Amino acid sequence: MNKIYGSAKEALDGLLHDDMFIAAGGFGLCGIPELLIDAIVESGVKDITVASNNCGVDGFGLGKLLDTKQIKKMMSSYVGENAEFMRQYLSGELELEFNPQGTLAERMRAGGHGIPGFYTKTGVGTVIADGKESKMFNGEEYILEEGIFADISIVKAWKADDTGNAIFRKTARNFNPPAAMCGKVCIMEVEEIVPRGSLDPDHIHLPGIYVHRLIQGDHEKRIEQRTVRKREEA
Amino acid sequence: MPWDRNQMAARAAEELEDGMYVNLGIGIPTLVANYVGDKDITLQSENGMLGMGPFPFEGDEDPDLINAGKQTITELSRTSYFDSATSFGMIRGGKIAAAILGAMEVAENGDLANWMIPGKLVKGMGGAMDLVAGVGRVIVVMDHTNKHGDSKVLKECTLPLTGRGVVDRIITNLGVLDVVDGGLKIVELADGVTEDEMRASTAGTIVD
Repeated sequence: MNKIYGSAKEALDGLLHDDMFIAAGGFGLCGIPELLIDAIVESGVKDITVASNNCGVDGFGLGKLLDTKQIKKMMSSYVGENAEFMRQYLSGELELEFNPQGTLAERMRAGGHGIPGFYTKTGVGTVIADGKESKMFNGEEYILEEGIFADISIVKAWKADDTGNAIFRKTARNFNPPAAMCGKVCIMEVEEIVPRGSLDPDHIHLPGIYVHRLIQGDHEKRIEQRTVRKREEA
Repeated sequence: MPWDRNQMAARAAEELEDGMYVNLGIGIPTLVANYVGDKDITLQSENGMLGMGPFPFEGDEDPDLINAGKQTITELSRTSYFDSATSFGMIRGGKIAAAILGAMEVAENGDLANWMIPGKLVKGMGGAMDLVAGVGRVIVVMDHTNKHGDSKVLKECTLPLTGRGVVDRIITNLGVLDVVDGGLKIVELADGVTEDEMRASTAGTIVD
């Protein structure tokens, strides 16, 4: 079993095709699979549907795939950071399916757990419920949401061993575990691949069974909103 | 004098009790953290963190540590991290005691609209729909009227809803209203605001 690949391009070899469905980890620009996104840009594959909480910013993260017009449809909860997104959406070039953030996360988790649908109160009485089956449980209304089953998952972790056992760092975990679980093939990029046995088995966040291909590389890790306090305030 | 932003935030902080896990929205709700005093409150950031700390000192920013507004923040000794599905599991599962949120409109039956204005740029609901559907108590903090002087406390919302019948309490610059059977009940008036002024600025039904 060798999961380690030499580059993002090699790790994606044989997996990409037009009109495919990709689940991506990350929240804003935090914990996004930068290297795999760059390789998908280079591949030129088009008409992609992407399930991701956000769509990067202009010129960075998934925003790069907008600039090259490779995305056909986004499934997201918030896309406010991106002027090119709005331009393509308003001109009808890009489809958008808004999902409440927790519904999106749970749809990914459910898909990865073999659950094709679940009922939730989120969105009842709103446009999100339009066209969805609803059901009463204990006198309260719930709507049916479907699990996400993606062709591939692209995710980013902090460290993984060569079997794919992964740990994340701080809030960079976010959508990465559920996104990793819901793809037929999961490709993970990490800051460091470490020898098996060097991570405490009790501290693994995502077991290697979910990770099929693994690469290591340098990440820019751009900060979207740099907010600080002055030391004098301490 | 009606309350200013900080006085509204301070009033909202009075809603919080020792031991509560709480989610604060963007804007005035963020200021509530400045007024919790000695109360033992744990703040949730829905991108995957309990125990959110203040902004970092200059030079200590960590790109792996942000809040739901994508701002750099810090951790505390009580902090825990988790993935987004777990984060919204605790929201949907009713483990978060309260959410304090801003709003564009609130109706007398507790309907809330705070995510989109048709015809204007639509950015998305983020986690707002999950929060209002799942947390124990939803407290709205907002100005009582919009910039044209029109009431934001209505009989029915005109904007697309974030949640139906979800708001428990409304804290505005004029005072505090509760959503009760049949309409809204005045709980408190800001210093110098009369009941007549409150009624005149409220389009929704006020019940005794």
